[in-house]
Amino acid sequence: MTTGIGARVLRKEDRRFITGNGNYVDDINVNGQYYAAFVRSPHPHAEIGSVDIAGAKASDGVIEVLTGAEVAADEIGGLPVGWGITQTNGEPMVEPAWPILAQGRVRFVGDAVAVVIAKSIDAARDAAEMVNVSYTPIPAVIATEDAPKDGAPQVWDEAPGNTSFDWEIGDKAAADQAFEGAHHVTKLELVNQRLVPNAMEPRAAIAEFNSVSGDLTLHATAQAPHAIRLLLGAFVLQQPEHKFRVISPDVGGGFGSKIYPYAEYAVLCWAARRMGCAIKWTADRSESFITDAHGRDHVSEAELALDADGKFLGLRVNTVANMGAYLSAFGPLVPTFLYATLFAGQYTTPAIYAHVKAVFTNTTPVDAYRGAGRPEATFLLERIVEKAAKETGIDPADIRRRNFIQPDQFPYATPVALTYDSGEYGATLDKALALADYTGFAARRDQSKTSGKLRGIGFSLPIEATGAAPSAIAGQLGARAGLYESAEVRFNPTGSVTVFSGSHSHGQGHATTFAQVVSDQLGVPIENVEVVQGDTSNSQFGMGTYGSRSLSVGGSAIVRACDKILAKGRKIAAHILEASADDIEFVDGNFQVKGTDKAMNIAEVAFAAYVPHNYPLPTGDPAQDENALEPGLNEQAFFDPLNFNFPNGAYICEVEIDPDTGVVQIVDFSAVDDVGNIINPMIVEGQVHGGIAQGVGQALYEGAVYDKETGQLLSGSMMDYTLPRADNLPMIKTGTTETPCPFNPLGVKGCGEIGTIGATPAVINAIIDALGDYGVTDISMPATPEVVWRAMQEGRA
Amino acid sequence: MAVTVNLTVNGAQHTVECEERTLLVQLLREHLGLTGTHVGCDTSQCGACVVHVDGESLKSCTMLAAQAEGANITTIEGLANGDELHPMQQAFHENHGLQCGFCTPGMIMSSVDLLKNNPTPSEQEIRHWLEGNICRCTGYHNIVKSIQACADKMKAA
Ligand code: FES
Ligand code: FES
Repeated sequence: MTTGIGARVLRKEDRRFITGNGNYVDDINVNGQYYAAFVRSPHPHAEIGSVDIAGAKASDGVIEVLTGAEVAADEIGGLPVGWGITQTNGEPMVEPAWPILAQGRVRFVGDAVAVVIAKSIDAARDAAEMVNVSYTPIPAVIATEDAPKDGAPQVWDEAPGNTSFDWEIGDKAAADQAFEGAHHVTKLELVNQRLVPNAMEPRAAIAEFNSVSGDLTLHATAQAPHAIRLLLGAFVLQQPEHKFRVISPDVGGGFGSKIYPYAEYAVLCWAARRMGCAIKWTADRSESFITDAHGRDHVSEAELALDADGKFLGLRVNTVANMGAYLSAFGPLVPTFLYATLFAGQYTTPAIYAHVKAVFTNTTPVDAYRGAGRPEATFLLERIVEKAAKETGIDPADIRRRNFIQPDQFPYATPVALTYDSGEYGATLDKALALADYTGFAARRDQSKTSGKLRGIGFSLPIEATGAAPSAIAGQLGARAGLYESAEVRFNPTGSVTVFSGSHSHGQGHATTFAQVVSDQLGVPIENVEVVQGDTSNSQFGMGTYGSRSLSVGGSAIVRACDKILAKGRKIAAHILEASADDIEFVDGNFQVKGTDKAMNIAEVAFAAYVPHNYPLPTGDPAQDENALEPGLNEQAFFDPLNFNFPNGAYICEVEIDPDTGVVQIVDFSAVDDVGNIINPMIVEGQVHGGIAQGVGQALYEGAVYDKETGQLLSGSMMDYTLPRADNLPMIKTGTTETPCPFNPLGVKGCGEIGTIGATPAVINAIIDALGDYGVTDISMPATPEVVWRAMQEGRA
Repeated sequence: MAVTVNLTVNGAQHTVECEERTLLVQLLREHLGLTGTHVGCDTSQCGACVVHVDGESLKSCTMLAAQAEGANITTIEGLANGDELHPMQQAFHENHGLQCGFCTPGMIMSSVDLLKNNPTPSEQEIRHWLEGNICRCTGYHNIVKSIQACADKMKAA
């Protein structure tokens, strides 16, 4: 069986997971470790009076209790924000300090006030209950739509109207003009509800300080260990990077929620350094619900202008985006450049204008969750396009086809700042129509009717920008870091290869996919390739795994390092084979002299590089050293892409609804994606399946529900927050079109988020289609049986 | 208050001193170092903690360690026969039934029990059985396929 690019290679990492030998943070224990428990605010908004720690400190097994006062005294910095937004008026966004333990005021339920450090987890938790905090509650603002209202409680004095920033993109005058000449205008108001990511592994960390060496080590559930080291070390702890090691072992899912430098990690590091010890903390699920960064939470209105042929003329969008109580690390990026830049979709809409107001509320901070901004954009666009199709009587597939950017139009500059690279949207849609048997739908609908069910079909044609990022562009847009990725490809003396990567798998299967790439490039058997990630002490600086970037950016860095290996190997082989380097070709793992049978396997070349007996070592005489080489075969590369890449797809969902109960069953789901070239189809399908499940989750089941009065997260456990279960989902039909991305050497596009982005609108559009006879034109998410049933009653009324 | 629990885990006998409030999953993870059994929630919803107690699948976060007195327990670490994987483990590998691997031990232990009770489950029966096991990564598609493949293989054997 082939193991190279394009092969369905079974995963190299599976064995440890299926035998119970995975190594997640909570599985790790450090000798003599203490345990931390956090004291958290029960109020959404309150002044902190006194914090009485006497009882807790006297409690059995307690070593220390620390509060915001000690944080301030030690001059520990606030949590940094990685992306700054410049407002429409030219002012920077309002960016309040986020202390790692609250100072003076708490601003959401779950805000950390103190930490108890004890000899056992039970002792720590028991004592945390004994910390007496006197709070004076003050009015809180909870709902997104309430935040900008006159008279709303103010989360931050420095942010009047609760506004962090007011931002726009696109040409407003051009968009307004497009509406003036429009034949038809479709209007839509929608809420993209707040979600809780719920990776199955709760966040956890162990911080350990060696007082003798001054070394600080943090084990953490992290998607981007280097970025966490940089942000916590430089901005919060003032711990120099060479004395700070971050290790992220196996990570049990992340979906964005494990990117950020959380307060708990900073507190553990600070306390461990202060006390000269090791401290462990593992969130329980209830704690995860209120402290993991949430996702989505937009309230929007949109208008689409069409001409008489159903061509889109213009789009106007107005969005209020909820940031929560503080700005999380990439929170401001999500409703701006990850969102409004996608409003062209797959279409040639010539004039687009979007206005976004980002507001503070007394809720858990919001940041990137699988898709991050792109699901919100796609949901809005694909809902309004489908609504326009219904209003104009044009078939939903047809209206999209009339507006597609055509394959010969690439590179295509949209009116909202992106330049799309490649795609065949029509061909992708055709495949999806065939996969879904669109022509047979009418008959299926009739059949459902005879069994008393309402059947509907819904479309969604997602596109997204992945592969963050061209650093120069990102910098212009407000990024406070570069966004390249790094790799080191190290031949070991006996011919095996160790690959160090700055990306970090948390379920994506890098150990396999990256090994396939290396095996393919270097002609080394895949079993001789090992991928190492997640430890800042053994891999060079990298930006981590999020935004579907690992293969297109991190994989490309690996290709570049392999190129360097081959360039050097060629010279070594030339020396040994006594030929000119120009006459050496590399075929199937062998360097051979063109037109002869003289050849050396790359493993032999590696051996020669480490045992340089017959080797062009430098002599010290510049005249002779023109072709000299250092020993060893070990190369590094950093890759910074020239553009984003643009995965796209065509999703078709079919639902059946029981009119008596409002229960929605997804009876068919077809997803065709263009993610460029594919390294491992099995893994790509898995990413798409999982992505779709999360998109379906948003459409039908999930929602972070806050009590508007008390600010409590009502859906704060897995009993109350509905995650999709096995019997909520069908088997998913997948297909692909492959148009290679021209901006990375593998020709790949991201595949980690497209499923989530594409699925939600397809499901909601299908529900609305099914309820057409009831006059339903809109439905809120999650479309629970109650929501659907009520919509049917109201629609009929 | 401390209690003493005698139990058999993966064929080995143990006597463990723990607090009365210690859950079976804590005993396995913290006292015996069997960290293959995971904790994904605090409301007995996720199924990451499923083990076999006297041959039946059970969420080990729903049982006090003290209640396991005399019990015979199998965890994910005890499922393979030496180097030879259990057919369900093999099926999860061959069908890409796992991504991050966190739900996987519970999924596999639960699925093994399903086939013991129902060697030829339909797709719907599989999905229904897995109601108590949440996976956030796979969308269940390949988990269902894994179980079907395992059932087919065991039938053929
Ligand atoms: S830990 Fe979630 S069900 Fe046991
Ligand atoms: S594989 Fe990650 S939760 Fe199931």
